[in-house]
Amino acid sequence: MAKGSFWKRHENLYFAVTNKKVLFGACLFTAILLLSIIGPYLTPYEHDEFAGPGYLPPSKEHWFGTTLQGRDVYTGVVYGLRSTLLVGFLAGTIASAIGLVVGFISGYNSGRAADEGLMMVTNVFMVIPSLALLILLSAYLPYRGIVTQSLIVSATAWPWTARAVRSQTMSLRSQEFVNLSRISGLSTFRILKEDIAANMFSYVFMVYILQFNGTILASVGLEFLGLGPTRGISLGLILQNAVNWNALHLGMWWWIIIPGLLLTLLIVSLYFINTGLDEVFNPRLREL
Amino acid sequence: MGRYLSKKIAIYLVTFVFAVTLNWVVPRLVPGDPITSLLARFSGLEGGKEILQSYFVQTFGLDKPLWSQYLGFWRSLFMGELGISITRFPSPVIDIIKNAIIYDFIILLPSIILSWIIGNKLGALSGVNKTADNFLMPVFYFLTSSPYFWFALVVSYLLGIVLDIFPISHAYSAALTPGWNWIFIADFIMHWFLPFITMFLVQLGGWAIGMRNMIIYETNTNYSRYMESLGASRRLIRNYGYRNGILPQVTGLAISLGTIISGGVLTQVVFAYPGLGYTMVQAIRQSDYFLIQGCFLFLILMVLAANFIVDIVYMIIDPRVRHSYSEEV
Repeated sequence: MAKGSFWKRHENLYFAVTNKKVLFGACLFTAILLLSIIGPYLTPYEHDEFAGPGYLPPSKEHWFGTTLQGRDVYTGVVYGLRSTLLVGFLAGTIASAIGLVVGFISGYNSGRAADEGLMMVTNVFMVIPSLALLILLSAYLPYRGIVTQSLIVSATAWPWTARAVRSQTMSLRSQEFVNLSRISGLSTFRILKEDIAANMFSYVFMVYILQFNGTILASVGLEFLGLGPTRGISLGLILQNAVNWNALHLGMWWWIIIPGLLLTLLIVSLYFINTGLDEVFNPRLREL
Repeated sequence: MGRYLSKKIAIYLVTFVFAVTLNWVVPRLVPGDPITSLLARFSGLEGGKEILQSYFVQTFGLDKPLWSQYLGFWRSLFMGELGISITRFPSPVIDIIKNAIIYDFIILLPSIILSWIIGNKLGALSGVNKTADNFLMPVFYFLTSSPYFWFALVVSYLLGIVLDIFPISHAYSAALTPGWNWIFIADFIMHWFLPFITMFLVQLGGWAIGMRNMIIYETNTNYSRYMESLGASRRLIRNYGYRNGILPQVTGLAISLGTIISGGVLTQVVFAYPGLGYTMVQAIRQSDYFLIQGCFLFLILMVLAANFIVDIVYMIIDPRVRHSYSEEV
């Protein structure tokens, strides 16, 4: 009985944990997350250490094989995964935060000068191809760390969030309960916080997942071009090295396929969670 | 309608001004003073002194105040002077870009248009057919999650190395001279295929997923239920759903053009396909700043032009925009 009423009160949670897509995505994501947390402890090597003979396919000693120089691919991948997840987390958070603030302000003041100005900026950033801008910025910055990278990636990632949040805010703003709060003399900040943000929680959560994905893809692309963090290892950097050392022509598939596959699975898992949650929050999509 | 277009054009103009300003500001903000080091490198080249005299002084006017340097930058831009490439000295940047941009067009245009059309069709199929849905959806998720450059590597490993069907780098074999003969054209198409299919497949997934959700959403709306109760065939209802679902997909195309062109840059790098993206990345590796700026500018122009075309298409297919324009359609 007590259990039943718990699920009644948390209906969305019930649909979330019983949704196959959410479950599948969550399991996959947890597995990859665990790999990045525990993985480095399972390897006796350092990511830049020569671990054995080069050009070895996956085996018991080297789970993902070795590179041409004899570095352990598994070690590189688990450390790279850590940095990729960190960049995704940092950049995704910054980008979502900027997008939310701009979206709330713009949507709540729609039609006024503040909205027009902010939307102009948003549209400009939306049109600019992010990678080109990132290349331009990175090319002139001689030293780049993970935080710098997160900042430049998030600088181009926020606009669509701002637009989406703006239109959601606009539709909520005209609701009765928001009008009531306004007549009651609540401050704009409290209305935004308690009436609008609180009702968009599910939406914001999904936006955050998509931002996480987008920023990971953008930063891996930069790393692949050699414009990522100047020190340390990352998945994009492993792939760049593989290409530079002609891994393709040498048939070293493990050096190329495995790091990218893990990355792709990471993004797939988050997409699955996102789509599953979409079905949880929008009953209309549940039917198929 | 007029308001719709003029507002869009205003945004594009502002974006263009912003991009040019960025091009001008960024090299001046960063430490290390790239312009001075560039000047030093140019003066070492034969004939570099004359370039310094004419172009640098006029464009950069480093002894003048900042505002006049900025105006000079615009002036030379309108005269089509983007500087001289230092790595391919003494060819002007504008000539290098003219040669490169054609490769962007032949990869981007067909891949964007075809993947959009086919992706929408497959997504619509997936939205109404449960078996197709179960089979296709994981594939689409995988495609849309793949980083462009990694997918390019996988494709070139499978089709280029293992099966050995397609060449995996450059736009045509080094032994051939470009010309209108069949050997060259066949060679060119073989080189074109892998970058094209990479761009095509990675984009395909996103459109299909979007359209699938639109179709499911549309077939559950009131107008669909009403048609159902009138006894309309499923096919007819689906067709109406498709027509309504197309609109957000067109908007989606406009939104993702920047990402697609970024993906094109990475794909070109993997295949050493000599478009603007590849040229820009090469320019970075050699600190060829004029070439970087030129490529950046033209990539932006490309996105702006593409956005403008999408806007016009949207205006044509959405009757609501044709009649009155409101921001949130």
